[in-house]
Amino acid sequence: MTRGGAEVAVAGAMPHRERAPALRRHAAWWLAALALLALPYLPGLASDFARSLLTQMGIAAVFALSYNVLFGQTGLLSFGHAVYFGLGGYAALHLLRFINQGLPVPLPFVPIAGALGGLLFGILFGAVTTRRAGTIFALISLGVGELVYAATFMLPGLFGGEEGITASRTRAPLLLGIDFGSQLSMYYLVVAWGLLAAVLMYAFARTPVGRLCNAVRDNPERVEFVGYDPQRIRFIAFAVAGLFAGLAGGLSAINYEIVSADAVGAQRSGTVLVMTYIGGARHFAGPVLGAITITWLQIGLSGYTTAWLLYLGLFFIAVILFVPGGLAGLLLMHVPLVKAPGFVRLLGTYALATVPAVIATAGLVVLIEMSYRLATQPELGTRMRLLGIPVDASTAASWTGALAALILGFVVFRATWPTVAAAFERVQAASPSRSRLPPS
Amino acid sequence: MTMSAPALELRAVEKRFGATSILRGVSLSVGVGERHAVIGPNGAGKSTLFNLVSGRLAPTSGSIRLHGTEIAGAPPYAINRRGLSRSFQVTNIFPRLSVFENIRCAVLWSLGYRYSFLRPIDGLGDVREKAERTLERIRMTARRDTPAGVLTYAEQRALEIGVTIAGDANVLLLDEPTAGMSRAEADAAVDLIRTVSDGRTLVIVEHDMSVVFDLADRISVLVYGEIIATDTPARIRANAAVQTAYLGTACHA
Repeated sequence: MTRGGAEVAVAGAMPHRERAPALRRHAAWWLAALALLALPYLPGLASDFARSLLTQMGIAAVFALSYNVLFGQTGLLSFGHAVYFGLGGYAALHLLRFINQGLPVPLPFVPIAGALGGLLFGILFGAVTTRRAGTIFALISLGVGELVYAATFMLPGLFGGEEGITASRTRAPLLLGIDFGSQLSMYYLVVAWGLLAAVLMYAFARTPVGRLCNAVRDNPERVEFVGYDPQRIRFIAFAVAGLFAGLAGGLSAINYEIVSADAVGAQRSGTVLVMTYIGGARHFAGPVLGAITITWLQIGLSGYTTAWLLYLGLFFIAVILFVPGGLAGLLLMHVPLVKAPGFVRLLGTYALATVPAVIATAGLVVLIEMSYRLATQPELGTRMRLLGIPVDASTAASWTGALAALILGFVVFRATWPTVAAAFERVQAASPSRSRLPPS
Repeated sequence: MTMSAPALELRAVEKRFGATSILRGVSLSVGVGERHAVIGPNGAGKSTLFNLVSGRLAPTSGSIRLHGTEIAGAPPYAINRRGLSRSFQVTNIFPRLSVFENIRCAVLWSLGYRYSFLRPIDGLGDVREKAERTLERIRMTARRDTPAGVLTYAEQRALEIGVTIAGDANVLLLDEPTAGMSRAEADAAVDLIRTVSDGRTLVIVEHDMSVVFDLADRISVLVYGEIIATDTPARIRANAAVQTAYLGTACHA
C-alpha cells in the first residue's frame, strides 16, 4: 500500500486511528487555545495596533473557515459569501443599537445575532441558489451579492448606505465586570467565539452530513444513487456556512462599531476566496493560515506601500500556479519527511534557492515601487528608500540594476531548482511514511 | 405492495430524445430473487433502460413498478430508498474519499441516519460495522484508507459494486460490471456478484456472454429499443431470432 504525500492531507481520506484518550486526541486544540491566550502578551504583539491586527486575523479566520464549508468541503465556489458576513454584521449592529438604548443584553452575546442573521439569509438565499452546483451556482452567488449590495443603498434606514450604521460596544450591560473598551478584551472575545466556531465547524465536517458534503463535492450524481438528495446536502452546507459567516460579521461589527455597504460587497467576497485558496482548501486549518497571511498583507503591507494590492494579486497567482495545495498543502507535504534521512539537506537546498529568489523579488519590488511612484505619486519626487536602499527612479542605473537583479535572480533560481527537486525526491523515497501507515 | 408482485415490472416503457426513439415499448417482469441479464448490441438501449429504472431519466411513457409501487419519473434517491441500487458502466465513485468513506456514505441512509449533523459519524458503531462488513465482502479491507481515486481499475470496479450493495438494496442493477477486465479479473468479479446478489434480485447488463450464461436465471434480448425474447439461457442460446439479431452478428459468444 503506497500513499503519495499530498494525499495524506485529502479531507475525507484521513487514516483510521484507534481512539486515543480525549486529552491527547484534542491536543492540537488545547495547544491552539493556549497559544491564542498568550499571543497578545508576546514581545512585539503587546501593542494596541498588534492586538487589533490579531483581532482582525481572528475574525477573518472564522469567515474563511465558513467559506471553506462551501468551497473545500462541498465543492461550491461562491462569489458572494460576504453577503452572509455583512448581513450578520448588520443584524449584530442593530442589536447593539437596541442595547445602547437600554436593552439589557451583555456584549458577549451580540455575535449570536450575527450568526442568526447569517443563518436566516443563508437559508433564504440558499434555498434558491443551491438548487444548482458548478458554474451556475457560482454565477448566481455573484448575482445575489450584487443584489444585496444594491439593496443596502436602497434601504438606507436599515443599512445606512455608504456611510453605514454605527453603535457603541461600551454602552452595554457588563458581564463579569468586563466593559470591552480595550482592544485586548475585544481580542479575547474574538478568540472565545472563534475557537467555538472552529470546533463546531470541525465537528460538523465529521458528522454524516459533513461527510456527505465531501461526497457531493466529489460526485453529486452518485450521492443520489445512495439515497441522498445532493441539493439538500448543499443547502445544509450553505446554511451552516451562512451561520458562521454571520458570526464573523457580528464580531467584526462590534470590533469596528460600524457596518457599511462594503461588508456585503464583492471585494470582501473575493478576499475570502483568496484567503481560503492561498491557505489551502483541502485542509481544515488551511483557511486560517490564509486569513492570517492575507490580513497581514492587507494591514501590514498597506502601511508600507500603496502597491500592496498588486503584491497580493501576484502572490495569489503564484500560489495558484506553483502551490495548488495552498500553504497548508505545502506544510503538510513536509510533515511525513521530517524524520527521513536527508531532510536537513533538503532544507539546505531550500536556503540555497531562497537567496536568488530574494534577489529576484527585490528587483521586482524596486521596479514596481518606482513605477508606482512615477505613475501615481509624482509629487513625492523620484527619490525613495526601498528596503533601506536609496533609489532614484529618474536614473537609468536604478532601472537597469533592478531589472538585472530580477532577471539574474530568476535565472539562478531556476538553475537551483533541479537540485531542490532531486533532494526532495530523495527524501520522499527514504521517507518512513510507508511503514508508519496505520494498521488496516 | 402484494406478496405476488414481481420485484421489477416494466410495462410499455418508451423513451424518446426529441424525434429519436431509444426504447419502443419495453415490457419486462423480474421475479423476486431472480438473476436477470439484459443483452443486446451496442445502441440497443440497455443503458437507457437502466437509467429509466434507476431514476436517472424519466420515461416518455409507460409504467415502472418496484415491488408493485410505481417509480417511473421518481428521483434516484427516492427509488434508492425504496430498495433499488445500481452500479455504473463508467466507474462512478467518490475519488477523493477513502475506500472506507465511499462505503460509509452508501450505508448511512439504510441505517436511518438521514440528514443527521448533530452526531459524530465516527461514533456510529452500526455504520462502521456495516461498512466494514461490506469491505470484507468486496475483499477491500486491506485498501480501507486508500483514496478511491488511486485504486487500480479492477479495484475501482469492485468498490463500485461495494457502493451499490452497501445499503442492502434488495434489487440490484449492475451495468457491465466486468467491462474492461482481464479474464481472471472478470471471473473474480462474477464470483463476487454471485455472493453479493445472493437472496436479492439482480438485473445485469453485460457484453461478456460467458458471464451472462454463467450467472443469469433468465435473459432478455434488447434490440433497437425492443425486447425480442425473454427466456432461460439454454432457450435463448437456441432461439433462431436471437441468433440472427444478435448472437450471430455481434459474435461475443
